[in-house]
Amino acid sequence: MAVNLASLIGNPKNKNLAKKFTAFNNFLDSSIGQTLGLRKGFVKTLYYGAYGGTKIVSMISGGGGSAKADPARLAAKTPSDFFDLNYTEEQIMVQESIKQYGLKVREAAEKVDEKFEIPQNLWDEYYALELAYFQIPESLGGMMKEKNTVTNMMTVETLAHADLGMALALYTSNSVLNALVRWGSDAQQKSLVPKFLEPKPTKASIALNEPTALFSPYELATTAEKSGNGYTINGLKNMVPLHGIADYFLVIAQTKESGPQAFIVNKGAAGLTITADRGMGLNSAQLGQLKFDNVKVEASALLGEGSGFNYEDYINYSKLGWCALAVGCCQAVLDYVIPYANDRFAFGEPISHRQAVAFIIADIKIEMDSMRILTQRAAAKAEQGMPFAKEAFLAHIMCSDKSMQIGSNGVQLLGGHGYIRDFPVQRWYRDLRAVSIALNGVHI
Amino acid sequence: MNLEVPNKFKGVLKTAYSAAEILLRPISRKYDVGEHTYPKELDILAAALSGANHASGGAIGGATSAREVVVPGAKKVLKNGGNMSNCLNIQGISYGDVGLLLSFPGQGLGNAAIAAVSNDEQLSRFGKMWAAMAITEPNVGSDSAAITATARKEGNNYILNGEKIFVTSGERCDCVVVWATLDKEIGRAAIKSFIVLRSNPGMKLERVEKKLGIRASDTAAFVLTDCVVPASDLLGNPEIDVKKGFGGVMETFDNTRPFVAAMALGCMQAAIERTREILSEKINLKDHKTPINKLKAAQATFYRMEADYEAARLLVLRAAWMADNKIPNSMEASICKAKAGRVGVEITLKCVELCSSLGYSYQELLEKWSRDSKILDIFEGTQQIQQLIIARRMLGKGSSELK
Repeated sequence: MAVNLASLIGNPKNKNLAKKFTAFNNFLDSSIGQTLGLRKGFVKTLYYGAYGGTKIVSMISGGGGSAKADPARLAAKTPSDFFDLNYTEEQIMVQESIKQYGLKVREAAEKVDEKFEIPQNLWDEYYALELAYFQIPESLGGMMKEKNTVTNMMTVETLAHADLGMALALYTSNSVLNALVRWGSDAQQKSLVPKFLEPKPTKASIALNEPTALFSPYELATTAEKSGNGYTINGLKNMVPLHGIADYFLVIAQTKESGPQAFIVNKGAAGLTITADRGMGLNSAQLGQLKFDNVKVEASALLGEGSGFNYEDYINYSKLGWCALAVGCCQAVLDYVIPYANDRFAFGEPISHRQAVAFIIADIKIEMDSMRILTQRAAAKAEQGMPFAKEAFLAHIMCSDKSMQIGSNGVQLLGGHGYIRDFPVQRWYRDLRAVSIALNGVHI
Repeated sequence: MNLEVPNKFKGVLKTAYSAAEILLRPISRKYDVGEHTYPKELDILAAALSGANHASGGAIGGATSAREVVVPGAKKVLKNGGNMSNCLNIQGISYGDVGLLLSFPGQGLGNAAIAAVSNDEQLSRFGKMWAAMAITEPNVGSDSAAITATARKEGNNYILNGEKIFVTSGERCDCVVVWATLDKEIGRAAIKSFIVLRSNPGMKLERVEKKLGIRASDTAAFVLTDCVVPASDLLGNPEIDVKKGFGGVMETFDNTRPFVAAMALGCMQAAIERTREILSEKINLKDHKTPINKLKAAQATFYRMEADYEAARLLVLRAAWMADNKIPNSMEASICKAKAGRVGVEITLKCVELCSSLGYSYQELLEKWSRDSKILDIFEGTQQIQQLIIARRMLGKGSSELK
């Protein structure tokens, strides 16, 4: 259960933090840690503050929580009055460890895309990053007090720099976790959140998109009707990541009483038919179709159990997730075409010596920076508890338009080679087409 | 991470936008039509604004950070400083009228050069003057290393000969910073800049250009004929240092690209806001939910303009923030200039189109903003020059490889 930060400890800049993490890892590996982990039913809260030293406060209850407690929520960061584009030291450290992992992801990406399956070792190493701790409030066993939207954005971007499809597959469960932290009821949080901290964490996915032209998340055909104590869901969802391996799905359906709501639906629910739904790309995310034929869920399956769910925010966080995927992948395109254009000779010199080639690369940089900075601003506003609907909307427009253009230019710059599946640009081209379409899967 | 404009700049913004709306907009069309007429209202405004600028740590277009002393070993504290304040100020004034901004007395590009590279003695003599900048020649544009105007040392003087065009405020200024070469054979290392007084009989004003836009701003052409300049009026190092090359003169531009980008932001903001007012009677422009493909084409166009504007604005703030914190920003300065320059033209032209014949008419200022904004994608480095700078940096190529 060790956090893969060993390589970072050597960096003096990260020494203090690394020490804290080492202490934390040691604790988790210790017999006390294991014991606490095993006594799940009794461990109400496992507290540790990685930022405030290695203080560990464990509160062991007599078991059986009270009926209606307040759910744990991350507080908004105190709004800053200082323009600052820097990531914090902690964020840089998280980013570095993801980058290390990302090298292996990139190496495996094309094979995974062909095989529709992420190998177990990559799952295991992903879990070793223990990203969930950066999402979960302290009171639920995580490390967070405050909202972490920027960290989440950076995480998704960095994963997508390795591979967009795998980033989607890997982060989908973390996305469900974000939604549970943000809107889940006390009971939902207590039963579902700790499972993301187990050695083999929960796999979960999000089903929102419907197979219809000009799809709008505000005009859903999937419905959830009140019946008895629960709901009956009918409809069709597609482009759902991890369709074959998710334990449960967060399903968005239209209700008469309160508009679109999210329901937690187990993979084995009666009336739910799950089939593969192969698409243009994102193969490693194992996209699938979910058919709901009078699927009955209990009232407790409603995310938030009737209080606090904000669908508009939900959509906006999903848009930012897809923006982050787009930014990461476009950075990958840029990083790939630069050495290619320098190494590829035509007419006796590198093709990068031609403005027709070089200016496309300059434009990729200009527009990618535009995408990233709009996404960062929206995420930073969200994190500070400010309204961010407009910012997310504009960021999503920019990322939708420019990322596909960049994906297309990536193939173009490689000429015929770009069209061959030995080169990654064709995969990015296929993956990036999803950015303006999909709202499934990621949610930061 | 936070990308909001700090509250401490509220004062700067308020002053700039009030000046823009109360003082500049009402005379905007007057000096567009009355090209080459001196906007006398600016004298009062300049006096009023100089106090505000001083408080914010710099003048419009001035390179405020150029003279800051860096204490070795001092703890680095990040700051939001003069460059950001300047960008916000420039955007605000340009929101009023970018042609008039360029005509502000004492705020020439030459002033930025003097602020950046003069010695103390020169600063005391020229610091308060209105200084224009003369680089371009009839056959030299972006390739400023190819300058043909010459400077010949004679005793304690330099003798300048050549022709200079596109000198902003050339007619109205007190002095001109003239670029000339000490030795054409050597190239860029031999190019030096000289402060030439307007009263110097060797520098003759040939004409004032008639232009597409920014008509409130005068653009002059000069001929220098055996123009005698005291040796003490050479800016920077008089020696030809082949290794250092262009350093001195080009540094000015690293500082000023974000400022020109900020001018484009002002134009864009003016056009977007006015277009929103006009269009809001017909379509909803506050729908941030509906997918863009389900909107009316005009709505979708408007939101795309807003996205481009916001991206350009944030990229300008990034470049300024980097400059304020002494982070090398040459590429980021070019990125913000390229983005703001191109979308400035696209957006202002699209605003005219969205407002139909109303937008095309002199009844509105929309057509004017779309003429004004074109120069901002050209001067102080065209779109293509910015792309070259960015591409060379990305690809690790020099000017001999990626031409």
